[in-house]
Amino acid sequence: MPWLNGTRSQQSLSLNTVCFFAVSHSQITRLYSRFTSLDKGENGTLSREDFQRIPELAINPLGDRIINAFFPEGEDQVNFRGFMRTLAHFRPIEDNEKNKDPTASEPLNSRTNKLLFAFQLYDLDRDDKISRDELLQVLRMMVGVNISDEQLGSIADRTIQEADQNGDNSISFNEFIKVGNLQHIYVWAGDHYLILT
Amino acid sequence: PLRRVLLILPFGTPLGGVYKERTKDAARLSEFNGKMLLVSWEWSYVQTPYIIAIWILVASVAKILFHFSQRFTTVVPESCMLILLGLVLGGIVLLTSKKQLYQLEPGLFFLFLLPTIVGDAGYFMPARLFFDNLGAILLYAVVGTLWNAFCTGFCLYGVKLLGIIDQKVQAGLMEFLLFGALISAVDPVAVLAVFEEVHVNETLFIIVFGESLLNDAVTVVLYKVYMSFVEVGPENVQTADYFKGVASFLIVSIGGTMVGLIFAALLAFITRFTKKVRIIEPLLVFLMVYLAYLTAELFSLSAILSMTFCGIGCNKYVEANISQKSRTTVKYTMKTLASIAETIIFIFLGISAVDKSKWAWDTGLISCTLIFIFVFRALGVVMQTWVLNWFRLVPLDKIDQVVMSYGGLRGAVAFALVVLLDAERVPAKDYFVATTIIVVFFTVMFQGLTIKPLVNWLKVPRATNRKPTINEEIHERAFDHCLTAVEDIAGLNGYHHWRDKWEQFDKNYLSKLLLRKSVYRKSELWEVYQKINIRDAISVIDQGGNVLTSARLSLPSMASRASFPEVTNVTNYLRENGSGVCLDLQVIDNVPGAKVEEESETHHFLAGNLYKPRRRYQSHYSRHFMTVGDHERQDREIFQRNMKSRMETFKTTRHKRHSHKKDRKQDLNDKPRRNVSWQDKDPVVVTVESEDEKGEHLEPEKEEDVGITFVARKVPDTPKERPKSVPAGLEVCQSPSVAPPSPTCSERNLPWKGGIGTLPVCVSMEATKIIPIDLQQAWNQSISSLESLASPPAFMGNHVPHCLTHSTTEQSPNHTHQLRPSNPLSSATSPSRRRVFISFNNSGSTVSIDSDIHYKHTHTHTHTGYWTNTAMMILRKYSEHPIMSTLFPI
Repeated sequence: MPWLNGTRSQQSLSLNTVCFFAVSHSQITRLYSRFTSLDKGENGTLSREDFQRIPELAINPLGDRIINAFFPEGEDQVNFRGFMRTLAHFRPIEDNEKNKDPTASEPLNSRTNKLLFAFQLYDLDRDDKISRDELLQVLRMMVGVNISDEQLGSIADRTIQEADQNGDNSISFNEFIKVGNLQHIYVWAGDHYLILT
Repeated sequence: PLRRVLLILPFGTPLGGVYKERTKDAARLSEFNGKMLLVSWEWSYVQTPYIIAIWILVASVAKILFHFSQRFTTVVPESCMLILLGLVLGGIVLLTSKKQLYQLEPGLFFLFLLPTIVGDAGYFMPARLFFDNLGAILLYAVVGTLWNAFCTGFCLYGVKLLGIIDQKVQAGLMEFLLFGALISAVDPVAVLAVFEEVHVNETLFIIVFGESLLNDAVTVVLYKVYMSFVEVGPENVQTADYFKGVASFLIVSIGGTMVGLIFAALLAFITRFTKKVRIIEPLLVFLMVYLAYLTAELFSLSAILSMTFCGIGCNKYVEANISQKSRTTVKYTMKTLASIAETIIFIFLGISAVDKSKWAWDTGLISCTLIFIFVFRALGVVMQTWVLNWFRLVPLDKIDQVVMSYGGLRGAVAFALVVLLDAERVPAKDYFVATTIIVVFFTVMFQGLTIKPLVNWLKVPRATNRKPTINEEIHERAFDHCLTAVEDIAGLNGYHHWRDKWEQFDKNYLSKLLLRKSVYRKSELWEVYQKINIRDAISVIDQGGNVLTSARLSLPSMASRASFPEVTNVTNYLRENGSGVCLDLQVIDNVPGAKVEEESETHHFLAGNLYKPRRRYQSHYSRHFMTVGDHERQDREIFQRNMKSRMETFKTTRHKRHSHKKDRKQDLNDKPRRNVSWQDKDPVVVTVESEDEKGEHLEPEKEEDVGITFVARKVPDTPKERPKSVPAGLEVCQSPSVAPPSPTCSERNLPWKGGIGTLPVCVSMEATKIIPIDLQQAWNQSISSLESLASPPAFMGNHVPHCLTHSTTEQSPNHTHQLRPSNPLSSATSPSRRRVFISFNNSGSTVSIDSDIHYKHTHTHTHTGYWTNTAMMILRKYSEHPIMSTLFPI
């Protein structure tokens, strides 16, 4: 982890990251200090426990899912680069970015990738489908204990019926985008002062 | 001023033609002559309300007429037409009475017309959208309005100095600033009227509309400050006064908001306790919202702000607390009032313009004002948007800015304010009034007329008239959590962070305080789910869909569909129809193409579910509830069932009590008529009085819409509770009458209709399916007892004309329930006869023949078939008996 060893290497990495994630230098510095403050073990990586120590995250119903999103499959540590990679999903979409380099692969903060990120919060087993059980789990996290299994089940059924187009009783990514009309949700986010500014 | 209208109303001769003179003369004559009048002319008595009612009528008729031509209304906004109509009416008034008699009175406008519109706007404001864009709205409302006011004021003064404005307009800097202040505010009434027809996208609409509401505080303060400056004279204004102005702005805006929020909390808190007096709920909403407005006026705070925030604040809690009917009432009443108020405002604006005394025309002033307000509006929007776009996630693009600049309409608020000016202190008042009228007309008519083509031409994203799906609701919540989490991880205290904090606070404290306990415990998502279901059901029925009645929706056990085999069928149904709607109902199996089968299945479903006499029957006890339409039928039904049960008792006691017949008959003549309550948990033999009391006592405990069913079962055999083996879905399916379906007339009698062969099989299968295990024994018994009868009784034929149910003996399960719907007893509903049976009951007969029949007050299950059966048997057996023939002249 070269960027831990001194300001010079840190800067070089920052520049690298700035180019890669297209975030500003000050953003990187701020996020890096946040990263180190979270890193209680001071080993340059964050573990799940480090995340769980954030008090607001502990009461967030989807907190665990979000934490999971930071960890690639099979790993239980995330370095700064991985940290940034996940957070980059939440950068605002900028129109001029697309014109800059049409041949480049889609940036992480493209609409599709944002939606994919959200989709994967539901899709635990990564089979690109939200099954009824997966949906039920998320619903249960969000609604708390005041609602019976039966009621929750009927909500889940309805949700799937609404979205399901090919009759496989689960929601694929395409169905997820279509039925939720999720663009609408993002457009709505008019005044939301930016994440990652 | 309203009173003066009577002069122009064409009232002719008094009614009756006895006296040709006017009211007073008539009164005098009658006094002097001492004659009694058959009909008298009481105009002075009814004058004021009469004129108001006539005006509202004129406004409504005008509205109706405009909407006759669909093509016309899509091009010309209603507000334009109304102003034109007002001009015409004003012209008529002017011609008849040679001078203008009345105009849009500021008092009337600010106290009655404006609050109805603002109340509607505030209460139905999309809160999420509003708060998401609050930053932009506040910026435009405060900075934008200040900018407009100052720039317009100073520039007009400059133009005056240059000599473009005539010297007749006697106004100094302060007067022009005052005029700039009142002319610069975007008007909520005009914006609503125009933008509602344009349907721009939500964000654009909420920014323009929100601005028009929130700029009220700025306008009020500027207006007041300048008024005081004008009064003391510009040379006496000290520096401290400017600071006072700023302080006044803070007090007026924050104070207004606080008053609104306090009333919102009060209103929400009060509606927690209206469970027993639902009828008063809509009134409470109107009252408290209006009081918020008046209270703010009382303390000379910003009344519009107060009312808007009262509406926004209380909406969530009030909507959750009040009943569905109250919700609908509130919605429709508010919309009706607002629409009428708007109509009247525009008509009066038109009428007010036709007044010679107001026509102090100055071309320089008018044209400069028009140019300035337009230019400064555009400049202001561009500059503010440039600042805003630094912070906004979704920037406002150029097209948005054009629409926002163009949509800065001025309206009745400016007019009412300018009319309020004191002509002695502001010598140029007449010029200002004339200019304001022109500006209002120009913005409302010209800009209102052209904004639609402009929006089309610019291809502004339109509002999608789309209703939220459950998917959106879920994902939106998930996204919110997700964004909050990310902000927390990144260590930013951004928008979502604070939003989440607020929601925690709301959940832990506010909702606990302001929501009913029963509502608080329910999940918000569940509420949304139910709302969506109800909406879908209603829309399907409105479209003439064949998918059942909405009766089921009110049942608490609605959720049980999850365990239902029909789930797949629902999906099939959706896919076949290709519509996005889903009914959370038990949808019948639709075999595509076979219409007859569909119809017959609908029939089976109806036959099994339609007669629900206990449903909502409680309402009849209280004048606080509205009567249900078909209560006649329900009465009859209840009486009918009553009698059947009494018949059983009668049968058992006939031998013993034969000699007491006459006594009983006399007894019953003294007894008052009662509606017998059916909510008793006790056996039938309990006296009527206690039944009634129990009914009264139980009533408030229940939710309004919960159906009451009752259970008759055989005591020794069946446990009290419904066994768990019975699927929960079934209980909905059956209650309250468990008769198996019978074939429809068409199936039986019309051989050209298809599917006859298959249906009986299907029916019988269904019959076995829907009888719960714990009742099957009783069921079988009733079947066997029926089979012991040789043939159906003669009077069964009576109901055949109904064509609803018709069966033969081969299908034994079908026997029972077909006796119910049009039983001859149902006609015997006269009070005296009812009493007869009550007295039977009072006589204390306790034993029944076959088994002890219990009525159980429960929400679960009925087994009507069993005791209906028994009752009918008895009835048949004893119909020859002398007392029976007196009671039932069949």
